[in-house]
Amino acid sequence: MIKTQKVIMKGTKDGLLLLLDDSCSFSELLKELEEKLSGQKNDEDSRSVHVRVHTGNRILTKEQQKEIEKLVHFHHHLHIESIESNVILKEDAERMKQESEIHVVNKVVRSGQILKVMGDLLLIGDVNPGGKVVARGNIFILGALKGIAHAGCDGNEEAVICASNMNPMQLRIADCLNRAPDQDEIRRQESECAYIDENRQIIIDRLAALRSIRPNLNRFMEGGI
Amino acid sequence: MGEAIVITSGKGGVGKTTSSANIGTALALQGKKVCLVDTDIGLRNLDVVLGLENRIIYDLVDVAKGQCKLQQALVKDKRFEDQLYLLPAAQSSDKSAVTEEQMKKIVSELKQTFDFIIIDCPAGIEQGFQNAVAGADKAIVVTTPEVSAVRDADRIIGLLEKKPIEPPKLIINRIRTNMVKKGDMLDIDEVTNILAIELIGIIADDEEVIKASNSGEPIVLNPNSKASIAYRNIARRILGESVPLQQLETPPKGMMTKLKKFFGART
Repeated sequence: MIKTQKVIMKGTKDGLLLLLDDSCSFSELLKELEEKLSGQKNDEDSRSVHVRVHTGNRILTKEQQKEIEKLVHFHHHLHIESIESNVILKEDAERMKQESEIHVVNKVVRSGQILKVMGDLLLIGDVNPGGKVVARGNIFILGALKGIAHAGCDGNEEAVICASNMNPMQLRIADCLNRAPDQDEIRRQESECAYIDENRQIIIDRLAALRSIRPNLNRFMEGGI
Repeated sequence: MGEAIVITSGKGGVGKTTSSANIGTALALQGKKVCLVDTDIGLRNLDVVLGLENRIIYDLVDVAKGQCKLQQALVKDKRFEDQLYLLPAAQSSDKSAVTEEQMKKIVSELKQTFDFIIIDCPAGIEQGFQNAVAGADKAIVVTTPEVSAVRDADRIIGLLEKKPIEPPKLIINRIRTNMVKKGDMLDIDEVTNILAIELIGIIADDEEVIKASNSGEPIVLNPNSKASIAYRNIARRILGESVPLQQLETPPKGMMTKLKKFFGART
């Protein structure tokens, strides 16, 4: 029987790469990892080395990840930078899809209603006063925004809010907040966008300004136009 | 098989009860068999507006609890032959005395004998509202041209959209033409822009309405008042006729306007 290596250590210029075999059992893997690592010297003075772990087609549970971290961190100079895998869980994939998708919703968001989506929101309809739209990504409203819009609700400060008619009660992007002035100023009619500027203030600007401020907004980078 | 229409608004004091009484009466005038149901348990008013207060023996709660038959609780309006009935609310209980299931049962029973069941909804969005909407097939939302009333109407429409009923229709009540003209009051377009539902009638503010309510005679019975015509028009629209919206103010009838009208110019 040929004994295959279950743990392959590779030195790169960024640090150490640990390639873990994905066909053996986890306990075997741990055992061999421990053996391989014991060859390393373990004193507190040595220069710290970043370690990247790659698990191939194996998914590690949180507990298994912790065990590996424990083994590696036993050597004081080793620091795990990342644990990567070729595969992800179905639910994670589902979540990633949700987060990257543009959700098209065709309705009027009325007073007291809250519309929340994981990714970007494209609302065809109005947000009435007292209504609220929340998205992890950007918010685009083909209609009047008269209620509250919260883009990048998980902390994405790059998120923007665009509306055909921008008369919001409040705008929120990530954890910044801006409210309408108490005096009723002129009603805005044209399409506008809102974003966080370098002073961490929410700014309302012409739609055309967006292209230079958030160039990454373009989704279709290749082909087409 | 009749149809049940709930009249609701969210905010209090915008004219739900007055509208219920008048739409019901107007439908009865058109020869339909109508039953008005007051679901504002604890704060009943519909009987007073209709002038039927003294004839109440049993009420909605009695029917729901099986303490009397549905027929026994119905109060007949003497002004009509056999057209208009009222199922009054109880005055001594509260909104939780009736459940949604009981309401559904009562309304479906009424639908067997009546062409229209007009349900007067209490203010608010709590149990009373849920009860009133439970048995309804259609809904009419009443609002006044005030920001707070429109806000509440918007909320109510949002709640109604989740119910298995047809999209609600809108009545804008108590419009003061001179205030709208000065820009002190929301105009019809502003209200319909926000609420985005079909308008079924507009009613000008009319002192006659208060007078009529106090005397227990619905305003529709007085054919000369503007509000009366507005309510009659709403009844006709419910029956499927297409009636143009009432002109809120009488346009000046000078020689020039007549001429312009003749040539089809838009003023």
